[in-house]
Amino acid sequence: MEEVYLDNSATTKVKDKVIETMMKPMKEVYGNPSSLHSMGIEAEKLLKKARRKVAKAIRADAEEIIFTSGGTEANNLAIKGTINTLQRYGNHLITTKIEHSSTLHPLQDLEKEGWEVTFLDVDEKGILDLEQLAEVISEDTILVSIMQVNNEVGSIQPIKEVEKIVQDYQDSGLYLHIDAVQALDKLEINLSNSSIDLLSMSGHKIHGPKGSGALYIADGTRLKSLITGGGQEFGYRAGTENVAGYVGFGEAVKLATTEVEADVEQMQKLKEELAAGIKDGLEGVQINGPEVTAGVPHILNVSFQGVKGEVLVHALEAENIYVSTGSACSSKDSKSHVLAAMGLEQKAMEGAIRFSLSSFTSKEEISYTVEKLKEIVPRLRQITG
Amino acid sequence: MKDLVLIRYGEIGTKGGNRHLFEDKLIANIKENLASLGKSKVYKTDGRIFVESEAELDLVNERLQKVFGIVGVCPARETALDFEEIKQAGLELVERELSGQAQTFKVETRRTNKDFEYDTMDINRELGAYVLQNTENLTVDVHEPEIRLNVEIRYKKAYVYAMDLPGVAGLPVGSSGKAGLLLSGGIDSPVAGWMAMKRGVELLPIYFHSPPFTSDRAKEKVIDLCRVLAAYCGGQLKLRVVPFTDFQTAISDNCPQKLLTIIMRRMMMKIAEEITIQEEGKALITGESIGQVASQTLDSMRVTNVITDLPVFRPVIGLDKNEIKKIAKKIGSYEISIRPYDDCCTLFVPDSPVTKPKLKFVKYAEENLEIKELLSEAIAGTEIIEVKSE
Repeated sequence: MEEVYLDNSATTKVKDKVIETMMKPMKEVYGNPSSLHSMGIEAEKLLKKARRKVAKAIRADAEEIIFTSGGTEANNLAIKGTINTLQRYGNHLITTKIEHSSTLHPLQDLEKEGWEVTFLDVDEKGILDLEQLAEVISEDTILVSIMQVNNEVGSIQPIKEVEKIVQDYQDSGLYLHIDAVQALDKLEINLSNSSIDLLSMSGHKIHGPKGSGALYIADGTRLKSLITGGGQEFGYRAGTENVAGYVGFGEAVKLATTEVEADVEQMQKLKEELAAGIKDGLEGVQINGPEVTAGVPHILNVSFQGVKGEVLVHALEAENIYVSTGSACSSKDSKSHVLAAMGLEQKAMEGAIRFSLSSFTSKEEISYTVEKLKEIVPRLRQITG
Repeated sequence: MKDLVLIRYGEIGTKGGNRHLFEDKLIANIKENLASLGKSKVYKTDGRIFVESEAELDLVNERLQKVFGIVGVCPARETALDFEEIKQAGLELVERELSGQAQTFKVETRRTNKDFEYDTMDINRELGAYVLQNTENLTVDVHEPEIRLNVEIRYKKAYVYAMDLPGVAGLPVGSSGKAGLLLSGGIDSPVAGWMAMKRGVELLPIYFHSPPFTSDRAKEKVIDLCRVLAAYCGGQLKLRVVPFTDFQTAISDNCPQKLLTIIMRRMMMKIAEEITIQEEGKALITGESIGQVASQTLDSMRVTNVITDLPVFRPVIGLDKNEIKKIAKKIGSYEISIRPYDDCCTLFVPDSPVTKPKLKFVKYAEENLEIKELLSEAIAGTEIIEVKSE
């Protein structure tokens, strides 16, 4: 097979329709949205339209969408922006042990600076401990930051239950931030009647362009900007807007929400086939994270005993199959903080591979991958003993 | 009057009858190093090499400081044999070095041309006085001056310089013949290669690639290391990438686990030897030092060494890890070497490798390998990558 791309949690292929919409702001409507003249106004219109598309998909108002360079910046803005405005209400922050590094690292830095940070435990399925959340939260807590879907194992966090616990404390100065980067086109997100104050999104994980993303900032929520200058994005993020990127992002969100149900159903079916194929065809494998039927439809994390994940990545690559060990952002570290938090043994962590599907993934690609795994894994086990 | 760069070279000045060969090699290497900067003229006259270039002085100096064989790089001014002109040049060059604070200086004259109307003492005294009269905050210190104003009176021209940038010294690369370098992605082997180059050795870097056990990023890392080394030898190196997966698989399938590492190293040495001999090289260079890992005990080195007839040099043998790191940082390979992609040496280590292998047992174990076939396949499949320093 020419190319079997199963690394969609790292990034995705940009859809043709998305690329088409991005041409206009680069070739024709290339004005600066802040300019007074008509070329500026035309660019601003494109930007507004993109903003409306994103807002509509998550049932928010356009004015609540702040475009950013991606998920990492959105998470940073949510966290650092909050502590700057809410510090007089307390110094306690809550998150989980399995967040993306763009949440984890800022919070670890803050901890060193003297903030009190609770990193909630997760169970062996990668689900956070609600009881622990209820225990540790207090009037001193000013931020609860939780990822909706884990990028390595695909576990879905009980956001509704989190909201119920958090609600009681929101009057005393607390923002609830949800990192929805891996959830955006896979799960329904409805902010019209929710306690969520901040929500991070990324374009390139949903077949949009890299360098685009957004932070939803609920009306009435106050954040301090990280980048100051010309006051763009309602003062939350200065700098001339990446118009083409945001237009592409808007289109990607729109396509995702119109096609979501059929796509999700197909991905789920293929993920189950992949899991069954691996379990039936190979000895010494274990599925990490939630039950195959319970997690998100696009992520499957599997440990192959006696094989080093990195070696398997390269062996599959030789067959034109592209996968990851853990998450791409942390491929350089040999250990996954997510699998460690779930209590996996060292050997199982070393042999962990993440398969992540998209709506482009076909049945043929899945059976080809299963066939190749059945050839490669026993061979590698033999060589490396 | 014109500006040029005066090159001081030390060690090759002592090479007696072969001296001109070394000088010619050094001139050729300088030309090669400067080639991509545009037009330049490199020539020698009595004991000095001069460089004239259209390129910016900073860029030229930086390149020259990486050419082995050069001890000092001195941006200089050439004048006629006229003392007024020499004084003018001397003053201007000292003025460039002035910081505004109190500084000390001294004039040092070498007069090869004994027909020149002033002798060394006259020149030192009068030039010194002229500079003092025309500057502020400057005093003379003949023992440890901050600024040394050098004057060289030669037969046709005089040369004046006040700046002397340190070169890497050593011998011109290529003046001592070729050697194969077993290059991994680690910290030690690029340093070993650099040290061999410093003694005039031309390098044939050889890297063993074992996909999927080593990633393409590990290979990129080695290419980048070659790029760093290439800057010290005329800007170009030919890297040999040997496909080693089949060999490795065969060793793993047919030999005892605890001997994997030692046999792998012997086979790498053998392949490196063949490639080096094909290219008319005369030695092998490795980054081994004693006792860091199982494969670097004296017992292991002896067992590895006997597979080749070529002398195997280990330039970092007398250094500890910190000393090696220090050199790596100086030459610019360190940041590349510490990128976290495993090469096959680190990925393919059995749980308990032998630290004191016996040659007899190793040879016995190797009887199960089709060495000849595996060797010729690996060499036939070797890829040559031309790596340029920029």
